[in-house]
Amino acid sequence: MSRLPALVSLAVVAGVLAVLPFLLSGYHVSLVAQVGIFFIGVLGLNILTGYTGQISIGHGAFMAIGGYTTAVLSRDHDTNLVVTMFAAFALCFVFGVLVGLPALRFSGVYLALVTFALAVSVPQLPLKWSKFLGGRDGVQTSRTVSHLWLYGAAWTASAVLFVLAWLILRGRVGRAFRAVRDSEIAAVASGVELPLYKTLAFGISAAYAGVAGSLFVLATNGFAAPDEFGVVLSLQLLIGAAVAGLGSLWGILAGAAFVGLLPSVSTSVPVVGSEHGRDVVFGAAVILVMLLLPDGFAGLLARARRIARA
Amino acid sequence: MATVESSPRPGFRSRRTDVGSFPIVVGLLVAGAAFLLVGCLRSATFAQLTVQGLALGAVYGSLALALVLVYRATRVINFAQGELAMATTYLAWQLIQWGLSYWEAFFATLAIAFVLGALLEVVLIRPVLHRSAIAAVIVTVGLFILIDGIVNWLWGGGFKALPPPFGTTIYHVGGVAIARLYLGMIAVVLVSVALVWLLFRFTKLGLGMRAAALRPAEAALVGVRVDRMLAIGWGLATVLGAVAGLMAAPSQYLLDPTLMQPILVYAFAAAVLGGLESPTGAVVGGLIIGVTLTLIVQYVPAITSELQLPFAFAVLIVVLLIKPSGLFGRREVRRV
Repeated sequence: MSRLPALVSLAVVAGVLAVLPFLLSGYHVSLVAQVGIFFIGVLGLNILTGYTGQISIGHGAFMAIGGYTTAVLSRDHDTNLVVTMFAAFALCFVFGVLVGLPALRFSGVYLALVTFALAVSVPQLPLKWSKFLGGRDGVQTSRTVSHLWLYGAAWTASAVLFVLAWLILRGRVGRAFRAVRDSEIAAVASGVELPLYKTLAFGISAAYAGVAGSLFVLATNGFAAPDEFGVVLSLQLLIGAAVAGLGSLWGILAGAAFVGLLPSVSTSVPVVGSEHGRDVVFGAAVILVMLLLPDGFAGLLARARRIARA
Repeated sequence: MATVESSPRPGFRSRRTDVGSFPIVVGLLVAGAAFLLVGCLRSATFAQLTVQGLALGAVYGSLALALVLVYRATRVINFAQGELAMATTYLAWQLIQWGLSYWEAFFATLAIAFVLGALLEVVLIRPVLHRSAIAAVIVTVGLFILIDGIVNWLWGGGFKALPPPFGTTIYHVGGVAIARLYLGMIAVVLVSVALVWLLFRFTKLGLGMRAAALRPAEAALVGVRVDRMLAIGWGLATVLGAVAGLMAAPSQYLLDPTLMQPILVYAFAAAVLGGLESPTGAVVGGLIIGVTLTLIVQYVPAITSELQLPFAFAVLIVVLLIKPSGLFGRREVRRV
């Protein structure tokens, strides 16, 4: 298959994103930046769920770790915010591998349970070590960023991490991931080292979530608090990955836009258009998408392509 | 999305292979009970906390049992189970506001919960049931957000208070103060669990439900309406969840939309500790988690109340690493 269409769509996305800030108001720029943040998180989770078939309902926990890394480094050492993102990436990779190690023993529903418990547990830790992690009041970074800075940072990071994911997944590692997903037993029989690749997938996806978390904190005026990283954040990432479907740029963009925009957009829906009503719209939309699009947006695209060709 | 499933499909045979550990489990439980008894005789505080822990544990056990029923029937972990329980508790609150007494509202809510649970299974779960494990999980996750939204939308996020179902009497037994509320909670949960057990053990409906859960294809062949059984299973689970919610709200004196979120995690830990497929295990697991959490916060200085949730997480991990089939579960054997 030719690589040209993929490159063209990549160029189109990059072009549109480059022009967008000049056309939109500050509020809308921050909304699109929000989509970029979820793009990173969904992309990372897609590597885990889509490629190796391991489910995680706990990636909000890694976003929390990444976010607190940025906030604490900035508060204590006034570290350059971009540098803190690299730190978040590295630290979350380590934590991801640490969680991935016991996760080797679990599969299916058990992994879902464990990661869900992780998502609920991690936001409790700042309450326990409140001196270092700010307790319920949270941690404030030493400096805040503009909408435009955030937009640039989010989409630059998205681009870099997208290329990185492409490089990782196109070769030996990606093949091993897919083999694990399709049949663990067959993968082992063909010489894939299961523990290595499963923990690696966990580490990579956690690192992505860490960068997303770091940007997430900057998007909330540089403020990291336990309530920001509630269970719903983890659920949003999982929903994004499900809406995205498997491994297509457009799918991931759709998934990220779905979870990044829908809660904000649905506040303007009549009848339910209140602050509280947005979860009604969001939850209903999630269920509808799952019922109507079994393979997510990527599956829909593939189906449309088949119809167009026939 | 394809997934690696651990559920035994009809073609796989699962056998009880670790009968050998049963005496050890019973021994451990007896030792634990003896430890609690000695502790209660020696210290009034300890006794008080044990009763409180058992009452909370009964709530966790009830929700855990709901999860187990759903899991046995449809191989789905219902992440919305806690939110369903919370929503039905709000319903009871609304009924009380409209003038019903606590107990009238209690039974009316249970009836509504049953219909609601069965309806959800038919409308939302059945279409994705045979697709993939992830699809079903995400539908329940969507349900989680939807229910949360509906409750916030209808009743607002503020605190509501339920009237105390058992009064505020406190009994004094040999220097130990025992709230009547706690005894009532334990009694209500045990009665509901016993009723569910009787239903499963001694009625034709219960037999059909067990058959539908364990061997759907074979059950259908002998004339069990499998679809209907699964819906009834979800209905019953929702009723048990409602019992948990209705008992949890007065014990914390407050009702708010996040009431059941931590309890859901404790129920997960309880269900896994008991063995995800064992109803007895779920209840015993709930009691163990309830008592342990209550006592450990009091007597282990390093573990403060903020660490209760991480502690439940640790229990989950440790159980799954050491004995994935839990205390009462059976190990799954998969043929390649």
